Amino acid sequence: MATAQEEELPLVLVHRIPNFDFPFKHRLQAQFRLLDPLDSVPPESTHSFISRHAASVRVLLCVDPTPISRDLLSLLPSLQLIVCSSAGVDHVDLIECRRRSIAVTNAGKAFSPDVADLAVGLLIDVLRRVSAGDRYVRAGLWARNGEYPLGFKILLKHQFSNAFGKRVGIVGLGSIGGEIAKRLESFGCAIGYNSRRKKPSVPFPWYKTAYDLAINSDILIVCCALTEETRHIVNKDVMVALGKGGVIINVGRGALIDEKELVQLLVQGELGGAGLDVFENEPDVPEELFSLNNVVLSPHCAVATPECFDALEELITANLKAFFSSKPLQSVVEFD
Amino acid sequence: MESINVLMTYPMNDYLEQQLEKRCNLHKLWTVPEKSAFLATHSNSIRAVVGNSTVGANAELIEALPKLEIVATCSVGLDKIDLVKCREKGIRVTNTPDVLTDDVADLGIWLMLAVLRQLCQCDQYVRSGKWKNGDYMLTTKFTGKRVGILGLGRIGMAIAKRAEAFSCTISYFSRTEKPETKYKYYPSLVHLAANSDILVVACALTEETRHIINREVIDALGPKGVLINIARGAHVDESELVSALIEGRLGGAGLDVFENEPEVPEELFQLDNVVLLPHVGTATVGTRQAMADLVIDNLEAHFLNKSLLSPVV
Repeated sequence: MATAQEEELPLVLVHRIPNFDFPFKHRLQAQFRLLDPLDSVPPESTHSFISRHAASVRVLLCVDPTPISRDLLSLLPSLQLIVCSSAGVDHVDLIECRRRSIAVTNAGKAFSPDVADLAVGLLIDVLRRVSAGDRYVRAGLWARNGEYPLGFKILLKHQFSNAFGKRVGIVGLGSIGGEIAKRLESFGCAIGYNSRRKKPSVPFPWYKTAYDLAINSDILIVCCALTEETRHIVNKDVMVALGKGGVIINVGRGALIDEKELVQLLVQGELGGAGLDVFENEPDVPEELFSLNNVVLSPHCAVATPECFDALEELITANLKAFFSSKPLQSVVEFD
Repeated sequence: MESINVLMTYPMNDYLEQQLEKRCNLHKLWTVPEKSAFLATHSNSIRAVVGNSTVGANAELIEALPKLEIVATCSVGLDKIDLVKCREKGIRVTNTPDVLTDDVADLGIWLMLAVLRQLCQCDQYVRSGKWKNGDYMLTTKFTGKRVGILGLGRIGMAIAKRAEAFSCTISYFSRTEKPETKYKYYPSLVHLAANSDILVVACALTEETRHIINREVIDALGPKGVLINIARGAHVDESELVSALIEGRLGGAGLDVFENEPEVPEELFQLDNVVLLPHVGTATVGTRQAMADLVIDNLEAHFLNKSLLSPVV
């Protein structure tokens, strides 16, 4: 039963799957009345709980990657806003949200710098083979091959390349893409991009398709949203267009790239290298990649810093407050 | 330049070796079975030495080559060259600045990212199959950190420019303040360290800067601080660094250089808060070629009595 005090607080429905909670729940509970079907006593099915309690709910806080389907939305006739805790919103039925005029906010703004940092880290790593260099030193090989100081290069049979002057093609110039562009410009890279629509305020050349972008790039960085249209946006043709020395970095979603084709091209030496934080079937990663020194792997941790989660908490709290005081929201997902 | 005898001190670049073999009479010091015998035979003919960061031209070598006119190092660092002796004897010295600035700066930034975000450990976590058992732990955000730069020369400025793109705040310590830059100057290295999350060494190695990163500086940087060294191993009191890392008095370190390359203190191998690289700051095809070309161009200029492109002495 809600206390009198609790009842005065604005109501927010929490949507999560078991084991996926959010660390700042108790701080939010000081400002909002959180209704969480998984906390119901006695335990009740989500469907039943929502039907009983939440017909008047205007805001839903979605802990990713809990899916929000049309069916779920149909139980919430008064819903006006979904606040998501991730940058990707491919688990939300956006078409239905658009139809119902339900606004959706994501974590884009809060997450972007950390994701951009990781993208740059992966890129420099692939170009300079430096985490391989760390392994080389720790295995005692530098000392052993010390007489031949370029042994490292010979061992890897690779042309180490630099970032300066490289043409970087960003697939999806949203918040994350923008942060990546800012960083790589300072390294002397030339930036181009592909997105649904050309952005008039952006000084970089726009390419209509990922293919066109790839033809004109040395490096592709994939950071767009995953939708029906963007599934496998980086397909075999795009990767072949990027070329033999081309490097691909993926900090978006695994399904943005045709993973089977990517692996094959890398194994055959038809692609220069790849830095991947995401995969089609996490946490399964194609084992053929493990022995390749031109590949750097990361366990989907682009946002895994405490500061990132602090920024997320700030953003979510601000958006909830803004909604209940009819003020503008931040990090709103644009519908097509 | 065909008849000119040039002594290369150490293997540094296949392209450079090939070019010098074509253009002059190249001797390779590391291939001679007996150094003093070689010098006895050739000492009166060698007019140029090509060195690098491993072996340069020390007093002993310079004294052994009375006809030496020019030392061209394939590096920007001059710490392996006895500059005083060169000046005394009117020997010209050239290095390879500018062409390697971007690569070294890129590496400096990467080391910061790698230590804070544990990039090497994350990669290993996936490769070893451990990801199937759960996510890797949280690491530390790089954006917005306070970066302190020791030495605001070409490389230091290039690091500052990149770090700014990550919204880092930049401060520095150097011999003289540079009022034309907008960065905050600290008149003492210890104060810089105390006010930085990341301290990066980017100054030249000289008598004054040997072991400039000592226990006091390391303690000021502290248990959350990170040291990045892309300069010379001897800038850091290595044994102090190792004990500080093992004892947790220093938060982490990203090192491309060591006091006794290629020896690296093995106590560092099991630490997750360090990244260790085999001195690869300039190790890209493009940059090594540009460095080699600059060495060749300097030598040619000298022997054609033209102005040197990158003279130091």
